[in-house]
Amino acid sequence: MSAPQILAEAVNKVFRSPDGQEVVALRDIELAVEPGEFVCLLGPSGCGKSTLLNAIAGFSLPNSGRLVANGREVVEPGPDRAMVFQEYALFPWMTVSKNIAFGLEIKGESQDVIDKKVAELLKLLHLSEFANSFPKDLSGGMRQRVAIARVLALDSPILLMDEPFGALDALTRRNLQDEVLRIWMKFRKTILFVTHGIEESIYLADRVVVMTYRPGTVKTIVPITLSRPRDTASPEFNALKRHLTGLVMEEQRRHEEDEIRKG
Amino acid sequence: MPAGTGAAGKRFLQSILIPFVVLALWEGLARAGVINPLILPSPSKVVVRWWAYLKPFQSYDPAQGPYLSWLVSGELLHDAAASLFRVFVGFFIGGGLGLGLGLLMGVSNTVYRLMNPLVQILRPIPPIAFIPLAILWFGLGNPPAFFLISLGAFFPILLNTIAGVRNVDSIYVRAARNLGAKGSVMFRRVILPAAAPHILTGVRVGYGVSFIVVIVAEMIAVNSGLGYRILEAREFFWPDKIIAGMITIGIIGLGIDTLLNKLSNHLLRWHRSLESS
Repeated sequence: MSAPQILAEAVNKVFRSPDGQEVVALRDIELAVEPGEFVCLLGPSGCGKSTLLNAIAGFSLPNSGRLVANGREVVEPGPDRAMVFQEYALFPWMTVSKNIAFGLEIKGESQDVIDKKVAELLKLLHLSEFANSFPKDLSGGMRQRVAIARVLALDSPILLMDEPFGALDALTRRNLQDEVLRIWMKFRKTILFVTHGIEESIYLADRVVVMTYRPGTVKTIVPITLSRPRDTASPEFNALKRHLTGLVMEEQRRHEEDEIRKG
Repeated sequence: MPAGTGAAGKRFLQSILIPFVVLALWEGLARAGVINPLILPSPSKVVVRWWAYLKPFQSYDPAQGPYLSWLVSGELLHDAAASLFRVFVGFFIGGGLGLGLGLLMGVSNTVYRLMNPLVQILRPIPPIAFIPLAILWFGLGNPPAFFLISLGAFFPILLNTIAGVRNVDSIYVRAARNLGAKGSVMFRRVILPAAAPHILTGVRVGYGVSFIVVIVAEMIAVNSGLGYRILEAREFFWPDKIIAGMITIGIIGLGIDTLLNKLSNHLLRWHRSLESS
């Protein structure tokens, strides 16, 4: 078996809350994501799933343990671990084309290469007619398409997605989920996708990693073997949904009890 | 369609109604002799005086030079040019320093901690309060005026630039780092444009203060320019010329502010708050 694309070994992350208390966000995380695999991190808010993603992206390194991506230890953010944010994070002062071109310009690609690549990506994500629009003139779904095009321009083997469709309506979300699956199959990316959507995780992932609420640990890993495209109304899909809902709700209850205790 | 133009016409009439009434009342009272013309001359007298102030002194004589230079040889244009020159020089010195230091203080916490106490102590002192020192240091003439106008532009631009850079949404910085941006690329392509709305606010405020300070500086330190001229007119008991000068100051101020506004709207055409316009 080949080396995993993303590897977390005994990863721990501790935050200090504003009132000086230590919050264990991640405890002893062990996770290996194989090349070309689509893995979802699933859990209630506060389970550390975004913390883990941010650590792999290099924004906030763990206190102990080891993170390896693309065969190299993670020490800083970089374009080999392209990230799609829930808040889109498009640069509002750049047009759609410029946003997509930005990573390529930093790499120092020639203008010809950039123009060609940007045109391809605009077409791939059905954005061609918005090439010269500013992000403020686009809908949420369109903005997230631009964000996806922007990270695809980097040719990163890994895509990190942090609740990318959390702010979108259900129909737009389904549309973009299919788009991501299409891109994943076309480019054979390794995708680590954070979500609190149970159905979303079953619809997308090869494996769903369920995380516990504080401290964030890997509760269990559920393989999804249904063939794609997946029928969300099928009995098998619903059986998985029932199983995962049970697991996630245990953690959600702990989350709510904690909220009540804190007042 | 006619309803639309009718509504626009109505809005226009509404917007000029009050100025028109005030001017008519003023003119009427002045003509009726209710107001002493040495205290407040009638608007028509002010207009006549303004025209005399604007037009060339002598009639056109080809032997004296080209037509165009005769056309702009009037006192008003010279005064306006002198004032604008001072504003531009002062604004660029003060604004440039404010922008430079502001960017440094915004980006570097060390520079911020070192410089902020001094900035906070000097900031509340109005530039006008520096007049005695300015004359002591630079004598009379343009240098003290440049100094005072620079001060006027410096602080608004400095403070807005610091705020702009320090308040750049961290999501942009994270996204840019993820795309591989560092150092000067991060600064030029991300920090600077993200801070631009604040910086441009500083530019407009700084220009406004510069324009106030130039008039005051001209009343005290130099003997040319619009500020000097309206003070001179008072010595001669020419209230019509005082008001003509004031109106000129108002027109120029409004004109430059409109230009800056247009420039800022163009530079910030991507900005969310301009969505409706």
